[in-house]
Amino acid sequence: MQVFSRHSRVVFLFSAVALAFIISLFESNFNAYYYQIIIYIGINVILASSLNLVNGFTGQFSLGHAGFMAVGAYTASVITSQLGATPGLMGSFIFLLALLSGGLVASFFGLLVGIPSLRLKGDYLAIVTLGFGEIIRVIIQNLDFLGGARGFTGIAKLSNFFWVFAVVAILLYLLSNLIRSTYGKGFLAVRDDEVAAEAMGINATRYKVTAFVAAAFFAGIAGGLYAHFVTYINPSQFSFVKSIEIVVMVIIGGMGHTVGVFISAVLLTVLPEALRPIAEYRMVIYSLALVVIMIARPQGLFGDGEFFRKLWRTITGKAKVSESKT
Amino acid sequence: MSILQLNNCTMRFGGLTAVSELNLSIPSDGLIGLIGPNGAGKTTVFNIITGVYQPTEGDIVFDGHSIVGEKPYEICQQGIARTFQNIRICKSLTVFETVQMALIKNLDYGFGQAAFSIGKYQSEEKRVRDTIMELLEIFELVGVVDNLSCSLPYGDQRRLEIVRALATGPRLLLLDEPAAGMNPSEKVALMELIKEVKEKFSVAVLLIEHDMRVVMGICRHIVVLDYGAQIAEGTPDEIQRDPKVIEAYLGETV
Repeated sequence: MQVFSRHSRVVFLFSAVALAFIISLFESNFNAYYYQIIIYIGINVILASSLNLVNGFTGQFSLGHAGFMAVGAYTASVITSQLGATPGLMGSFIFLLALLSGGLVASFFGLLVGIPSLRLKGDYLAIVTLGFGEIIRVIIQNLDFLGGARGFTGIAKLSNFFWVFAVVAILLYLLSNLIRSTYGKGFLAVRDDEVAAEAMGINATRYKVTAFVAAAFFAGIAGGLYAHFVTYINPSQFSFVKSIEIVVMVIIGGMGHTVGVFISAVLLTVLPEALRPIAEYRMVIYSLALVVIMIARPQGLFGDGEFFRKLWRTITGKAKVSESKT
Repeated sequence: MSILQLNNCTMRFGGLTAVSELNLSIPSDGLIGLIGPNGAGKTTVFNIITGVYQPTEGDIVFDGHSIVGEKPYEICQQGIARTFQNIRICKSLTVFETVQMALIKNLDYGFGQAAFSIGKYQSEEKRVRDTIMELLEIFELVGVVDNLSCSLPYGDQRRLEIVRALATGPRLLLLDEPAAGMNPSEKVALMELIKEVKEKFSVAVLLIEHDMRVVMGICRHIVVLDYGAQIAEGTPDEIQRDPKVIEAYLGETV
């Protein structure tokens, strides 16, 4: 997407963060059920958009995203409960610290997992990352000081609309900067043809590990946000089912398409909730919807973004992509 | 003064010797042709030079030091660029982006500055864009700058691959059958282009080509491979008269 100029992206970032803050002032007025869904939307957008960097832009099929989310969730929860954070200014500061630490620890695990496994490709990489994700979960399940299988209780409720959507805005801002930069084209080059990319002087392994670590960082932050919203976490929340859910969002949105993945993360969070009235048929409809989308649009709802580019060109009459780069 | 030297390079795949004891020396202003029948090991020579394969034996010296054991991207960073026999142009990238990816290796900023659009980002992006437009101008591809690379006609895709290779700023350019699939008039244009590129960018060129008219027309020195071994080398005239070459291409006289 070459739609927005650099200046308007900065404006977007600040206004989105400001808007998130203003809305969060009125959050006590919201219906608790809808509010919860909105928060889940934000968290899923973070997870799907960050995974999109790996699965979509860099073309490496990772199935372990929930593992990194778990690492972030547990790290952040340990920090806030050890420091006794409560809602308030001091608590917010501790929470920020905890989120960042969760992200950093998760990205460290990303590095640990990424360096050996990114030598593999396609299905093999998927299986290895799936395995690592499960290993992380099982280890947590056996660590007593994290509550083991019983889960980690008594987490302060520090997440709110502002925190979640500020992170969403920052992530989308960083991703769109990254992907339009010359540096970012390296991810696409590695995805399209690794041999050609290497022959042109691109260190493909380094790009893959970078994408993996950056994605793990944001998965960790999403984990922290999640833990401090639901206030109780246990390892089964971070099983590979969660990973697959995130992968599905990326695929449905269109691999490597930021806006498409955003919309599909919203849709796929809302859809199961919206279908609640039909009770037991809910997951049948949900699964059917996925099947139909994949048959009708195998490139994802929004494909490679050509739809938006054409739309934009029609609106503005502007054709030259390369001239609107900065 | 030779820029690239292969000393007794041998490449074996199990029991198959694809290249055997090859000695090759490319002068820094050379335009050398590498020919041979199908399966003679020409592309394998490119692959061992660019680090895709590691030679089983022998040494490759580029600009005074050995490059054996280095990774493809490291070899490219030192100044060897190549094109591919089967065009390898990224399917989702535009013409602009295809050239852009070749400029990443010289970027003066990394992940952080790219994500935040700060620091050297602005000036580097401008430099990159100017370089790309300049190159596309020279190769008359400006008109299709925003088209997807794979939507270009075949001949233009081959030219684009040469542009991309040149964008890495090489001192040695390896061209793997650049005339394949071109019609006669495109071939004539390509010959002119290769000569022009060699002068303008002052690169040495090693050219694999099946089309004898192209090779004989632009290379003053030709090396002939058959079954991985060098069977002849010399000027186009010498090669055309060499009985071994005739035998390799046409079979033994009865």
